Amino acid sequence: MINFQYARANDVADAVRQAAGNANAKFIAGGTNLIDLMKMDVERPLKVIDITRLPLTQVQYTAEGGLRIGALVRNTDLAYHPLVEERYPVLASAVMAGASQQLRNMASTGGNLLQRTRCHYFYDVATGCNKREPGSGCSAIEGHNRMHAILGTSEACIATHPSDMCVALAMLEAKIHVSGASGNRVIPFAEFHRLPGATPQRDTNLNASEIITAVELPSNGFATNYTYLKIRDRLSFAFALVSVAVGLDLDGDTIREGRFALGGVAHKPWRDPEAEAALRGQFANPATFTRVADIVLRDARGYAHNAFKIDLARRCIVRALTQAARRTPQSQSSKKIV
Amino acid sequence: MPEEVSLSLTVNGTLHTLKLDARTTLLDLLREHLDLTGTKKGCDQGQCGACTVLVDSRRVNSCLTFAVMYDGAQVITIEGLASDGALHPLQQAFIDHDAFQCGYCTPGQICSAAGLIAEGRARTADEIRELMSGNICRCGAYANIVAAIEQVMGKS
Repeated sequence: MINFQYARANDVADAVRQAAGNANAKFIAGGTNLIDLMKMDVERPLKVIDITRLPLTQVQYTAEGGLRIGALVRNTDLAYHPLVEERYPVLASAVMAGASQQLRNMASTGGNLLQRTRCHYFYDVATGCNKREPGSGCSAIEGHNRMHAILGTSEACIATHPSDMCVALAMLEAKIHVSGASGNRVIPFAEFHRLPGATPQRDTNLNASEIITAVELPSNGFATNYTYLKIRDRLSFAFALVSVAVGLDLDGDTIREGRFALGGVAHKPWRDPEAEAALRGQFANPATFTRVADIVLRDARGYAHNAFKIDLARRCIVRALTQAARRTPQSQSSKKIV
Repeated sequence: MPEEVSLSLTVNGTLHTLKLDARTTLLDLLREHLDLTGTKKGCDQGQCGACTVLVDSRRVNSCLTFAVMYDGAQVITIEGLASDGALHPLQQAFIDHDAFQCGYCTPGQICSAAGLIAEGRARTADEIRELMSGNICRCGAYANIVAAIEQVMGKS
């Protein structure tokens, strides 16, 4: 790990000021991903700004009846917050599906949004990786790509976004509050993360020196008909091969509104407006669910080791929509899939 | 030149004030600067749990921290669990159930289990297994580790 200057931020404005104009500065909160990457020499900040003392640890109601989650709320505190468990159980479930309890005790809400991919080549500085070093090529396209993306890939990058929490936030249509040198702004969740395109080095649309201050949840948490289904190589503490967050609004057997987001399949949590539109007004049954799964996966592309994910994703979508419709959400402790 | 930072933190009830390279992890502070070698370095990447300690009563991976971020914190390591010469109930339960073979992961397992019990979220064996998944045991003593934790939960 290279040497760095350590600094503490006193408030949000101070954090922004300390980072402004310094492309080699990084904020640190939980540190669970940044320190790992610094040990591997993937991240090489010259200045590390400790934001852990900023007053961003509250979970509060918004005027619109939603929740505002401070960026420094730890993952366990988020998942175990009574209002999150009661009103946004899909979010609590997704958070508990990710990482280990030690990591969730450290990791922050804002940091979870900013996790980097776990692509082996991104971590291995001896190999080419356009995300780590633009222009050095993608080693995964012709390499070991079992964990990689099947949707929204580019010639430059086939990495996936690793977060579970973000899959639920995408489905819930959260908003990201940020502060920067030019003031505050709110970014809709769908516009926060990027597809790789020709610039995979940029994971998000955050500007330089901008800091996440909060995640806002809208009032509808789909607390009745929901699930977070995650399929992985181990039963716990492993990244998703495919995951699905679902929220349904049902009128009897008919779907008034249905939303779902996929994890483990793309550079960002994946939603498909056309597929969700195809749920509206339809019966909540396997025929409907299979049809929308086919819509989502119409342009899916597999590589040498991950083509299985296309079938897996189709089955996961159908199973997750079924779980949500039947009010049998996936348990994150008993791993039985019903 | 490495950036030097000053910090104070309480480890197992004793206040320490140190000057350190800013890159020092809490794990390295414990092992290299305070000679508390009960906390183990396994993967050094947050994947194995051997470095688990309790910071302000919460279990964390001490390898994935910069010690300076924990200025002012209260840290409990495996050395701080026993009191007045008596083993912590988890230490006794791990012996009773033969919940280890080589023992390298054991300090992390026990600190993690102490955190698990304090959280109060695990009620079933499935829930213990899930919430202990951040602690790897290469000897495969998992069945006995779960039994040891159940024994202590049953008492408390």
